[in-house]
Amino acid sequence: MNFRNVGIVYRKELCEALRDRRTLISSLLVPLILFPLLTAGLGAAISALIGRAKEEKATVMILGGGDSPGVLAALRSSDKLSIVPTQSNWKEQIIDKTIRAAVEIPPGFQEDLARQKSATVFIKNYNGDLKSGIATGEVQKNLEKYREQVVHDRLSARDIPPAALTPFEVKEQNVAPPEKVGGAAFGGVIGYMVILLCLTGSMYPAMDITAGEKERGTMETILSSPIARVDLVLGKFFLVLTAALVTAALSVTSMGVSFAVLERLHAFDRAGSDAAQLKLQIHFTTVLSIFIMVLPVAVLFAAGLMTVALFAKSYKEAQSYISPIMFIVIIPAVCAMLPIDLDAKLALVPILNASLLCKELVTGTYHWNFIAIIFFSTCVYAALALFLAVKMFQREDVLFRS
Amino acid sequence: MIESRGLTKLFHDKKRGAIRAVDNVSFICKPGQIYGLLGANGAGKTTTLRMLATILEPTDGTAVVCGHDIVDHPEDVRKNVGFLSTHTALYPRLTSQEMVEYFGRLNGLEENTLRKRVDDIFTRLNMDSFRDRRCDKLSTGMKQKTSIARTLVHDPQVMIFDEPTLGLDIMTARTIIDFIRECRQRGKTVIFSTHIMSEVEKLCDTIGIIQSGKLLAEGSLAELRERYREQDLEEIFVQVVAPHYVSQENN
Repeated sequence: MNFRNVGIVYRKELCEALRDRRTLISSLLVPLILFPLLTAGLGAAISALIGRAKEEKATVMILGGGDSPGVLAALRSSDKLSIVPTQSNWKEQIIDKTIRAAVEIPPGFQEDLARQKSATVFIKNYNGDLKSGIATGEVQKNLEKYREQVVHDRLSARDIPPAALTPFEVKEQNVAPPEKVGGAAFGGVIGYMVILLCLTGSMYPAMDITAGEKERGTMETILSSPIARVDLVLGKFFLVLTAALVTAALSVTSMGVSFAVLERLHAFDRAGSDAAQLKLQIHFTTVLSIFIMVLPVAVLFAAGLMTVALFAKSYKEAQSYISPIMFIVIIPAVCAMLPIDLDAKLALVPILNASLLCKELVTGTYHWNFIAIIFFSTCVYAALALFLAVKMFQREDVLFRS
Repeated sequence: MIESRGLTKLFHDKKRGAIRAVDNVSFICKPGQIYGLLGANGAGKTTTLRMLATILEPTDGTAVVCGHDIVDHPEDVRKNVGFLSTHTALYPRLTSQEMVEYFGRLNGLEENTLRKRVDDIFTRLNMDSFRDRRCDKLSTGMKQKTSIARTLVHDPQVMIFDEPTLGLDIMTARTIIDFIRECRQRGKTVIFSTHIMSEVEKLCDTIGIIQSGKLLAEGSLAELRERYREQDLEEIFVQVVAPHYVSQENN
């Protein structure tokens, strides 16, 4: 191997890549824009939309209840419900989203309650519609409050203290630090995103310097130069690896910045749910650990994609070969988001192992035995892929496929 | 000097089985001479030249180029060869100068030597006006000049041209023809493949007629005229090739 020649090829490929719009978009723009958009942007937008929907007064119609003033008063007392006059086409109005829900109170409801009988109130809604769901929740809350009042009155009438109904309470308490809770919630997504962006970052340069070179007719030009094939492959490989690592580094950095900005803006708090308790802090050591673990994965992707793309005669053909690889990578990367714990067997499964490990690293958990297995097994897979890429460049039937 | 010794190349096709693209081809091409390989499409010209340029490896036989065996020392052979064909395109995102410099560096030239060599070639070929222009923005003529500069940058002793004028307009083709002549004047060993008779008549010191991978006839134009009792090269070519010709459609 001649390092000078590898360097010459690398510098030339880098120069060409920096002048290629497709490579720049996939390697630089996607990680720089996608992460902030998916985290800070999309997350804040969803939170704001849900928050606004919850703030709005839900338009609700009451069906019946003329003989039950108690329940009507309970519903009307809510400042989050706007009760509209009853109309016969209430069903159509729910479907048309003119009203969000209708409450059907059976005849003689209040009388039944007075006789200690059980009665059923129906909430008619639009399943799957967010605003209808919010209205249903608000109606339920008010009806439950009214029911509690009825129960309280009944118990008082019999001189039974309300506490008799709740001999004990059950409460859950989180003992994990907020950073780990946040890591457990988002770690899988981070691993998935980093691996996926690492793949997309290397995809275009891999196709461009193999199938693209064949298509443009420069393959024969470079093969007529005195450079050894192994030097040529390595020069090209380092360029694809650079693209993959730059994409991964930018995505990890962009992710860290996005979450930091998100935390500062208290975007989670605005969601007003349990998410308010989530806190994601990514330290420099975590970013560095993820980057080191992603390194052999990037080598695997770079060499693997080059090998596959070299089979193709054109850029378009290479795209059709490489598209299925996206699924092969996405499936194990997505699996990391499922409640799967890393074990010795899974530590040998390429991509899934790195993805699961990323999840652990984000939570600040370092299982050194698994880290060693994953790093070395991925290095072995990467070395095999690189060996295959070199062999492929020595095959005339692949280089001059017609 | 090029000395081909029984060069043979087999390709394997799933439908047609083994295809003998080049079959036991032997010839000698001396410095200061142009050897013209004349043949129809699919005759085996490109495969022969690709083997001489060590882009393809022979299945059997070998050749010695500038004292280096093409099988044993392919990289040494390539250091001494300038290869130009219609398939040797330019990198579209590099400038004309970057393209030439890239190949100079790959040929082991030091930066100072490279700079002088590039300046000299660009001046000689009148390329200074477009040296910083990207190759995808060059006209066909400019591209051909850049390709010529690319083959010349390491000052090779052997020049291999595979149908270099194919698809070019008359003026651009003339630039190439003049360049090939200049190579001979500078004492380089030149091998040149074509199916254009006029180019062969104008340029070649020795003509080899190739068909179905076999070298069927060889000699100077005068020798071939005398041997086949015919003045017109096209008629000579047809006489030699016709008994062996299998059209592309039947292939």
